[in-house]
Amino acid sequence: MSLSTQQSDEDGQHVLSLRVDNARNVAMVLKAIHFKDRELATFCASENGLKVTVEDAKCVQANAFIQSNIFQEYYMQEDTATFKINLSVLLECLTIFGSNPMGGATPALKMSYGGYGSPLLLMLEESGVVTDCSIKTLEPDEMLDFNFCSANVVNKIIMKSDCLKDAFQELDMTSEVIEILLSPDKPYFRLSTFGHAGSAYSDFPKDSDMVESFQCTQTQSTRYKLCLLKPSIKALMQSSKVSIRTDNRGFLSLQYMIRNEDGQISFVEYYCAPDEEYDEDG
Amino acid sequence: MRFRAKIFDVGTIEQFTRVVGTIAKLTQLCVLRITSDRMYFILNDKVSKGHLWCDLQALNLFSEFSMEGIAEDANEIYMEVNPDDLLRALKTAQTAKSVKIKLTKKFSPCLSLDVELPSRTGHSRTITHDIPVIVMPRRQWEEYSEPTLPDFDATICMPPLKVIRTVAERMKNLGSYLELSANQSGEMRLRVESEQVTVSTHFRNLENPDLDNADSQNSQRDPTDLVGARVDIRKFIHFLSGQQLNPAKIICSIVDNRVMHFFLLHEDLSIQYSMPIIFT
Repeated sequence: MSLSTQQSDEDGQHVLSLRVDNARNVAMVLKAIHFKDRELATFCASENGLKVTVEDAKCVQANAFIQSNIFQEYYMQEDTATFKINLSVLLECLTIFGSNPMGGATPALKMSYGGYGSPLLLMLEESGVVTDCSIKTLEPDEMLDFNFCSANVVNKIIMKSDCLKDAFQELDMTSEVIEILLSPDKPYFRLSTFGHAGSAYSDFPKDSDMVESFQCTQTQSTRYKLCLLKPSIKALMQSSKVSIRTDNRGFLSLQYMIRNEDGQISFVEYYCAPDEEYDEDG
Repeated sequence: MRFRAKIFDVGTIEQFTRVVGTIAKLTQLCVLRITSDRMYFILNDKVSKGHLWCDLQALNLFSEFSMEGIAEDANEIYMEVNPDDLLRALKTAQTAKSVKIKLTKKFSPCLSLDVELPSRTGHSRTITHDIPVIVMPRRQWEEYSEPTLPDFDATICMPPLKVIRTVAERMKNLGSYLELSANQSGEMRLRVESEQVTVSTHFRNLENPDLDNADSQNSQRDPTDLVGARVDIRKFIHFLSGQQLNPAKIICSIVDNRVMHFFLLHEDLSIQYSMPIIFT
């Protein structure tokens, strides 16, 4: 072969090697945690699959989980492999043949990582055209631990994403914060913004078809920086279900269930710390 | 010196508009050369914009076409024109019954377009656009002669424009230079490299048209050897997206690290474009 492809058949040498028939299934989940100004993401591969993490301002953390069964092949040589990578670059590579399905062609992906210090190698193929990518990996950082455990959860709602999509898409972005009110009593669940043009809020009833589970035990009204939660809108748009949880400290957990083109399920979760300044006043 | 041409049919007006539109995308000033049966749009700027040579078979496009050149022994006209001006004038003619193009002398030499528009009352209206041109003296003609083609190291038919464009658009976000290479065994490669990433896309099973100069030194080259050159990725995309004509074939010819030449074949016209190279 004259066109040397960096991935030969030496899969045995790689710490991680995987193959997926539709690269868009991976790209779609990664897009859900892509922050425009925070391009670096930490990959943590284990037997169960890939966990990809992006953090911003030490206040928000987004995790994408891609289970190993999403991949047609998934091999790990070691227990875990962790590295940091530029997510924007990776996404450009994954969508090299375009991000919209065109003419039914799906790009196949092979990905491998040779261990500490080596680049992440991708090979994409669509309709006989092959793309090789080699992306530099960086030293992984220590991840934030939000210490969010289900025992401390005070309020929890699981609902279909559709009813939140409009509300989040039309959020007043001139507002610095978003206030989330969760309560066992009326108005149950309220989103408020305070922008240049005035305040706005949207209420969601607790007993509509859209709400699958409503377990709120205590009235809690917490503000979060809107700019930190803005990237989560992308996850919301792609998801079919969302779980909203807050713990006794007012920390927020948003979990999104994302169904890919082949009907398989992946999860994306966002943790966000409350906006302290306002908490003290209140 | 005299020049007049006429188009009567809407489809042809549209076609001519697209030709001018393609040229206008690439340059703000070009030379229009008119001979007894052809029209050429020429750009000769090897440093920044590249070298463009567009050859139109005027007799097939225009219903009437007559030209008397600058002199009997030099029966041609060369003029400098802004293709954008010409495009703007032609855009008003998309529903026209006819378009007449003449070389006139008003305050200064002009290319005058008489656009005859239909109206409901039956009285047709005529709009005249006067586009200033600079008629070029004979001594300058030489600079705009047909480019002589070098001995290419590889010549290949490009994959569909749409595919190339999607890939190039992604690569634009990864680096600023595109390395385009090809060989004589139907393979072409687009490659971009930056500090963070190296991406190369390989196309296979492409057609290698016959080289006219196959007898030269190239025959000694291994047909699987890739030869290529680096170009500004934005210029490359600009060139691809400026194509309004959907060419039947785009042939890319390369002299290793020296020349990147595109040959766009259409029914009644051909466009040649040499893109400026960024030397490594």
